[in-house]
Amino acid sequence: MGHPNAPRWRLPRGAAPALALVPATAITFVCFYLFIGWTFAISLTGSRLLPSWDFVGLEQYRRLFASTRWWVAMENLVVYGGLFVGGCILLGYLLAILIDRGVRAEGVFRTVFMLPLSMSFIVTGIIWQWMLNPGLGIQQAVRGLGWEEFAFNWLVRADRSIYTVAIAGIWQQVGLSMALFLAGLRGIDPNIWKATRVDGIPTWRVYWDIITPMLRATFFTTTILLFSLAVKSFDLVVALTGGGPGFSSDLPARFVMEHILTRQELGLGAAGAFMMLCTIAAAVAPYLYLQIRQGRNA
Amino acid sequence: MNRMRRGALHLLLGTAALTVLFPLLVMLSTSLKPLEEINNGSLFALPREPTLAAWQRAWGEVCISGDCSGLSVWFANSFAIVLPALFGSLALGAITGYALSLRSSRYADLLFAALLIGLFIPPQVTLYPMIVLVRELGLFGSLGGLIFVHMVWGLAFVTLLFRNFFLSVPRDLLKSARIDGAGFLPTFWYIMLPLSLPVCAVALVLQFTYIWNDFLLGLTFAGLGRQPVTVALNTLAGSQFGPQEYNVNMAATMIAALPTILVYFLSGRLFVRGIAAGAVKG
Repeated sequence: MGHPNAPRWRLPRGAAPALALVPATAITFVCFYLFIGWTFAISLTGSRLLPSWDFVGLEQYRRLFASTRWWVAMENLVVYGGLFVGGCILLGYLLAILIDRGVRAEGVFRTVFMLPLSMSFIVTGIIWQWMLNPGLGIQQAVRGLGWEEFAFNWLVRADRSIYTVAIAGIWQQVGLSMALFLAGLRGIDPNIWKATRVDGIPTWRVYWDIITPMLRATFFTTTILLFSLAVKSFDLVVALTGGGPGFSSDLPARFVMEHILTRQELGLGAAGAFMMLCTIAAAVAPYLYLQIRQGRNA
Repeated sequence: MNRMRRGALHLLLGTAALTVLFPLLVMLSTSLKPLEEINNGSLFALPREPTLAAWQRAWGEVCISGDCSGLSVWFANSFAIVLPALFGSLALGAITGYALSLRSSRYADLLFAALLIGLFIPPQVTLYPMIVLVRELGLFGSLGGLIFVHMVWGLAFVTLLFRNFFLSVPRDLLKSARIDGAGFLPTFWYIMLPLSLPVCAVALVLQFTYIWNDFLLGLTFAGLGRQPVTVALNTLAGSQFGPQEYNVNMAATMIAALPTILVYFLSGRLFVRGIAAGAVKG
């Protein structure tokens, strides 16, 4: 009988869900995969301001790999990515363990640690630009306390500026890894704790030998997530250092944006973008493989 | 002993919490100081004569890209972008997630896998073709273009949230709806959507945060004068002309961060729940 207002005509069975998937299908195939192919195609051409279809083979990649700026950006990604992922995981796990020990006002601590996550990278960048400004921020404040020689001028030092990006990045994202680890810790069977207590094993050993290995999957997921965030990092470095001094704190994401949008080097930018994709793919592929295989078995 | 341990635990966590909060407190304190107090005083010093003058200037007077009506204009831009983009992406993600959760064919699983992979694609990789598409659609530099782009980039994440929720709905409920003669859309509208209100709330909170905080897409796709507040803020704080009004910059930063901070405190748990599911989207 159907709904009183239901139309008389009916779509063939199974047609409605298929119809509902049309926009998503179009977006996925055009805006994700076709566009990746398009960018790859551009990277094989000599495009500068406008796309041109003069095929130059791997010339743009040769130029990219010959560019000092690109390698500075890639090296920075290694330093920043390593510190950012490592710092977030280490501090996040530590905070999660401390909170999981059954503290009072747990909610307050969780709220505070996750607060920076709600803000934009631009806001984070500007806050830290202020804190790290040698003339006005932490350096000046510590000198004002009487420690005249104190120097903390990493923001304006070409050999240190990338570390300031890592500091701000960790501040912003440590709450994410804390939340993921806390969820992992909460999922652990309480009987394990009872058993270790009976055996009199010290707490730190339980964490080291039993709990941490059990959280392997959480470590894996968190690493992948943070790593892909690091590769995409663009706004933070723009707001904090502007890639400077010089290009000393440039990252691949900023390099690519600049070449596509303002430097009229479309082909070179496309080659850089494709390298970014490869970097993420190398890390994410095993993760997706496991996810999708799990989904199949479910 | 136990009490000492507990004390140490709280001390450690308290120190960590203060460290995280410190930059925000400094920002707030700086925004309440007159400029002389900033230049002659210390970062740690509390404002001697707290004033809201910097906030007033940041909101209504400061010049950004030659427009001297303050952050308020850009703040309004952000809302004009966020609200339609939010509902557009929620609607699209919900119906897609529902259709995928039926797993009516192998195609549904394949499409889901393709979407899941899409979560990790850096925006730079599809940026130029996207500019061309939006331009061909005649939407470049308009609100519509930016809204469309946000829907595209949010699709995978919102779909993921809804699909996983809809999969957990008992199949019997769907079967009985079908026996009663409800088709695809009525089932979605009268049964599934009301059930999914908690997920809707999670998606709403997180999409609001993502779209409000976006910088890259706003920078690229919004036309001149239509950019979101993040872009204006970066212009303001990054401009090298004339003496920097640090107190105004800090007030502007707080104003730009306020909506998402508010959403964060109001939504509490929803944010935490969603962030784990949506963490992949940077």
